[in-house]
Formats: sequence, structure tokens, C-alpha cells
Amino acid sequence: MPENTNHQEKNESLTRRRFLKSSGIALGGLAVGGALGSLIPFKEKTNVENVKSKKTENYNLALMYFTQEQFRMVEAATERIFPADDNGPGAKDLGVAYFIDHQLSGDWGFNSREYMQPPFFKGEKVQGYQGRIRRREIFDIGLRELQNHSLTKYKKNFIDLSEEEQDDVLTDFAEDKVNLTTISASGFFTMLRSSTLEGAYSDPLYSGNRNMEGWKMRNYPGSQMAYTDVIDKKFTVIPPVSLKDHLGH
Amino acid sequence: MAKKLPKVDVVIVGVGWAGGIIAAELTKQGLNCVGLERGKERKTEDYFMVHDELRYALRYELMQDLSKETITFRGNEKIRALPMRQYGSFLLGDGLGGSGVHWNGQTYRFLPYDFEIRSKTIERYGEKKIPKDMTIQDWGITYDELEPYFDKFEKMAGISGEENPLGGKRSNPYPTPPMKTTPSLEKFKKAATNLKLHPYNRPSANLSEAYTNPDGVSRAACQYCAYCERFGCEYGAKADPVVTVLPVAKKTGKFEIRTHSNVRRVLKTGNKATGVLYVDTTTGEEIEQPADIVVLTSYVFNNVRLLLQSGIGRPYDPKTGTGVIGKNYAYQVQKGSATGFFEKEEFNTYAGAGSLGMVIDDYNGDNFDHSKLNFIHGGSIAISQTGLRPIASNVVPKGTPSWGKEFKANSIKYANRTLSVGGQGSSMPFKHHYLDLDPTYKDEFGDPLVRITYDFEEQDRQLAKYLTERCVDIMKEMGADRIDSMNELGPYDITTYQSTHNTGGVIMGADPNTSAVNNYMQMWDAENVFVIGATAFAHNGGYNPTGTVGALSYRAAEGILSYKQKGGILA
Repeated sequence: MPENTNHQEKNESLTRRRFLKSSGIALGGLAVGGALGSLIPFKEKTNVENVKSKKTENYNLALMYFTQEQFRMVEAATERIFPADDNGPGAKDLGVAYFIDHQLSGDWGFNSREYMQPPFFKGEKVQGYQGRIRRREIFDIGLRELQNHSLTKYKKNFIDLSEEEQDDVLTDFAEDKVNLTTISASGFFTMLRSSTLEGAYSDPLYSGNRNMEGWKMRNYPGSQMAYTDVIDKKFTVIPPVSLKDHLGH
Repeated sequence: MAKKLPKVDVVIVGVGWAGGIIAAELTKQGLNCVGLERGKERKTEDYFMVHDELRYALRYELMQDLSKETITFRGNEKIRALPMRQYGSFLLGDGLGGSGVHWNGQTYRFLPYDFEIRSKTIERYGEKKIPKDMTIQDWGITYDELEPYFDKFEKMAGISGEENPLGGKRSNPYPTPPMKTTPSLEKFKKAATNLKLHPYNRPSANLSEAYTNPDGVSRAACQYCAYCERFGCEYGAKADPVVTVLPVAKKTGKFEIRTHSNVRRVLKTGNKATGVLYVDTTTGEEIEQPADIVVLTSYVFNNVRLLLQSGIGRPYDPKTGTGVIGKNYAYQVQKGSATGFFEKEEFNTYAGAGSLGMVIDDYNGDNFDHSKLNFIHGGSIAISQTGLRPIASNVVPKGTPSWGKEFKANSIKYANRTLSVGGQGSSMPFKHHYLDLDPTYKDEFGDPLVRITYDFEEQDRQLAKYLTERCVDIMKEMGADRIDSMNELGPYDITTYQSTHNTGGVIMGADPNTSAVNNYMQMWDAENVFVIGATAFAHNGGYNPTGTVGALSYRAAEGILSYKQKGGILA
């Protein structure tokens, strides 16, 4: 939707200009509003013809961590957590499985900014996660056990189960009715659930929330620069913009 | 062997609000200061891509890297403390400006009652009102004595607000008018007024209009973009040290900031500090920075940890209740709240500002009669419009499943149809709530982590219940179709976010036997060491702490200047 993109960009530039006008930043003195100068997008004018002639492929629709089988299972499971309905797309069409795959390949998947030093002891629930296993390994084990549980209970692969059967298997995980030795079944399910919401509603930059459809469903305006015009008004629907729009392309 | 640098007048450990204020005030008077900051440089330009909920709010972009250092926690002494491996209950700031960068900007003054809590409680209710193990004590300063410093902090930061009808007496109005009153705030105000309560606009460090402060620093007005807490402000509209006090200190030419400099020890000879030992984390080199005066202005946990590791001050002993370093750790009681669901009305709750809110103090401090209540103190109650972001905010009526068709439908239906009224409950210290060094877990240098021993008490359970009931009263009056609220406080759980208002450990007071610092934040046991921050709080109030931390910082700056001239114990 090149026209649409261009339209949004114009709006965005206007918002930024309006801000610069309305903020009343006093110049002189010891000025510290450092980002102000950089609030105007890089390119203010975009040739509509140019945008039309350049069809952009989404090269992010590939996998960094999951096997194809894991990916299909995550697609199916997250769709049950956040299904397509009258409101709009579900996890699958929002790209949630790509989001989770890409997240697992980085810091989050390796728990690299978390304390992972030994010794490891089982603690009280209120003391939080105390395992030695990192998120990408939790997904490996969790998905493997999801498959095993499906095969045991229904003699079918998870992705071949009916929606009701998939819900049943996921409920067994959520309620710790499956006994796993290495990880907590409900702990894995909780992670799957929270990363589904992250994939549905984070900036499209991260491969989920495709075309900002997650935001549109709940009238969330995304990454706006300013709400000074609506903050004291009645409910206002504002078409969303993403971080991409801030770079002006 | 550590490299030894030339001596300076003052070395400041941690460059956040307290460190920044000290640097600005001392360098203006000609003292040479070095600020050691373990994190990186931060500037307003960093926040061009800041409206990113995943990166900043859920992946903790601005927070301390827990792989290098965290804390350990246990509910009581019978349990083995275990490391906080992931973020939950509170956030630890990192980098220039510290937690002062990622805060919401809610800037209160603690109540007059807070500073004389023990005397005033006994005076009104008798000594029996205070449970045996509750170690409340007066702060060694009164509200009236601290008032000029509150005023100074508010003028520096440009706080936007209106007078609190139940607060302490003010010498001046707020420097800028209150922020806008939105439809949801209006609803709260009307309901509270109907209930004969005293609502007022929350004092805010998100500027309501452009402002130039007494130091000549100009900042822009807040745009209500809804990305404050956990985020930096790309407009410089939210007061933080980087856009207020640090440029003032730098301009003097007498302040040197060294980032990536992690202090491991305060060095001492006899009862005086001689400087600090730190590591340049980019090279691993150990460096000694000698100084006449050492000022600790890191976050609560590191202020305490540095003193314990350096053998400065008497460590607290929970068995005897003697000693002071680590004593009176307190937190907050945040779960007393009510969520209202509105079937016929939607609100612009996607918009907001960290300090945008309407507050009542009718149930805070000793503003109400506690004779028949099983707790002391109370909390502020407020509606906040900080901006609801879509990943973290998926409120559904109780009884809705947490996933699947019904969850999705309800979470979308109510995305813009819920309002919440919440209590910020105070936290009283107890003999068995304290900070010490963990015997097992270490940081990246092999130094012990701080250990928290803390749980909610009957005081907290009663308070949470009481605040919940008051929140529900207000929400009913606001006309919600359905109200969900807390059933029971439960044990303190470090995994869910509550508040980054950790306090105590190096508390202030008038008596060297029961406090670690005097009312200039000067250590009784080491006269050239000043320890500033919420560590000085002898208990935690029903408000965000930063306004009071700011006032104590200005008070300490005055003390340090006076000590530099005359020496000796100041109070």
C-alpha cells in the first residue's frame, strides 16, 4: 500500500512540525532538548511514483532458530491462544511464530541479560525462575513434549489435531496435567502465551503484528509522537504508525 | 596493583538524581568533583526510537544487566535466599541519570507525619499502637526543616502541579501549572468530590508547559506520548538528571563524569574514607580515585552493599536489633486497587504521561483516624493515565480465561474501556526486614550480592484491604459497570512488577545508635562519607520517593559544602 505509506508519512511530518511549533521550546539559555533537531524525518518528501515502482519484498519471513516442524507447531499453538475472529487476524496471520523464532535467536533466547550463575536450587514460587535452562532450550523441550503428549493422547501430531483437541492438549500444559521432568509444563505454556501477546502487539519491526493489524484491532495508535490534541478529548481513533515511519520511509 | 589517580575534592559514586544534584551544587561552589557511573553515557538523542514497548518495557533496555549483578531474596531467615534471575517486582536503573531516566516523574513531598512518625503515632494513639517488631523511628528532621529543599528540587525540575489540600505547608506554589485534566481524571475528581474527599492534580516532572529553571536550563512541554516509565524522554520534557543538573555541573568545568566505571570499594584509613577503588569495565583495569569526601549516590542496594563490603559503619544484626547498615529495609504495598469496566464509554487511555493523574490523600499518613484500624499510616489513592500499552495491558473481567477465543474477544473489547484506581500503600520497617551480603551468590567481580529478607506483614495485609475498599468506593461513584479488585494481598512475590520504591538500609536519624547518617546524610561513623538516596528513609511513605530523595540531596549538598569548610560532624 504505497499510497497509504506516503499518506502516513505526510501526517507524521505534520505531527512533528506541529510539535516543534506547539512545544514552545524556549531557545537560548542552556538548551537541553537534544532530540528536537532530529525529530523531523530524514526524508521529508517522497516521490509517489518512486514508491510505487519499488515493490518491497519481506525477507524476514524465514527462520533463525526453529526447525520447520517446530515452526508449524508454534504457528498452530499460538493461533489457539490468540485465534482469528470477527475482530481480525489471529496469531498465525499476525506473524507471531516468526516473531518468536526471531526472538529466540537473540539475547532473549539465550537469557543473556539475566543472572544464570550457579548454584541452582529449587526455590519458593515467590522467588521466581531458578532453572539453569535457557528459553530456546525450554522451547525445544516444551514443543517436543507437546508433540509427545498429542501422540500419546490422540495418536496424532499436534498440528493434525482438531482445534478442540489442540485446546485440550494446551490446557493440560497450562494446568500442569502433563508431568515433565526437566521443565514446568505450565511455565512453558505461560511463556508461549506471553510471547504470543508480544508477537501480536509489538512494533512490526520484530516480524509480528503484521501490517499493524494487531494494533488496528484494538484501536491502538502505535508509535505516535504526540497526543496533545486528543489527550483531554473523548475517545478518538487514530490510524496507527510504526517505528519505521519515524525514519521517513 | 591499582593505578592511583590524583586526588580530587569529591568523588561521587553513581550519577543519577542524587549524584547529579550533588555535582551541580558542589561544582557551582568551586569544588572539583569526579562522578563514577558504572553504566554508559545517555543523552536525549538516544530516544529517537523509544516508542518501542517490547525493547524498553519488556526487554528492559535501560535497566541494569542482571547477568553481571543482581540481588538475592528470601521471605524470611528460614529460607535460602535465591538470586533474582529475571526482572519482576522492581527495576534497577543503569547508565547516566540512573533510575532518574526511566521514572514516571511523579514528584511528591512526604507528609509532615512521615518525618516524625514514631512521636506522632505515640502522641495520638499511645505506644501500644506500634507492634513489637515494627521499628519505626523519627527521621531526625521535620517537614518544616526540609521544606526549603523540596522547594529547590521542584524549581530545578519545573514540577507541574497544584497544592495538595492535605499536604504539608508550602512556601511557594509549584513552578508550573498542573497537567491537563483528561475525561478519566475528571471522572475521578467528580467522584472523589462527591465522596467529600480532596482530589488534586498529581505533581509532575513531565512539564505542563515550556520552562526555564533557576540554573537557566530550558525544557520543552510534555506531548502526552505515553512512553515514560521504563523509557527515556525524547523531548527532554520529563525532568531527568541528564537534562537538568548534569549540564549545569559540566558547564562549571569542574565536573568530570567517567562512565563504565564500577566502584567496588570505598577505601579508608581509621574512621575516614580516603577515596574509592573502581574498575574501568571497558578495560578491566582497577583504578584508585583518592578524594577528600566520598559521596555514595547509587541505588539503594549498592549504597548498602558498598558500605558492607568496605567495612564502613556497623552492620545491622537482626537478632539483637543493633547496628545500622542494612537496617529498616522497606518496600511498598501496591496491590490495593480497583479496576472498573465501562460498557458504554471508551477512553483515550493509549495516550498519557508518566505523572498524569488525580490523587487523594484522605487515606494517607495520619490524615484519617486509625484508632479502630489494625495498621498505621496509609497510602495515596490515584487514577493514573500513564498510557496503556498493548502488550502489557490486556485487562479482562475476572473469570475470563487467560487465553483463547474468549480471552481475545474480551481483551480487545475492553482495551479502551477500563479505568483503574490504585493505592500506593506505605511500608513500615520491621526488625526482621533487612539487607545484608549474600553468603553464596556473587557479581561479575566475585563480590557478594545484596540479600533482601522481606515479606508482607499483618500491617500490610490490613492496609491493602483497606485501600482496596476505598478504591472500590471511588470506582463505584465513577459509574463503572463492573469492578474487579484484590481479594487478599498474599505473600510478597518478586516476580510481578509492583514498585521500584525500595528504601532504607542507611537510614537517617538524630541518634548515632539507631541511625547510620545524620540529617545532612553524613555518616556518624565516617564523617567524610555522605550516603544519599532512598537509603536514608527510615520507613517508606505512601508516595513515590523521588521528590523526597531530591530534597534530601539538596540538604546533603549544603552539608558537604559546610563540612568542606569546617570539618567535623555537622548535626
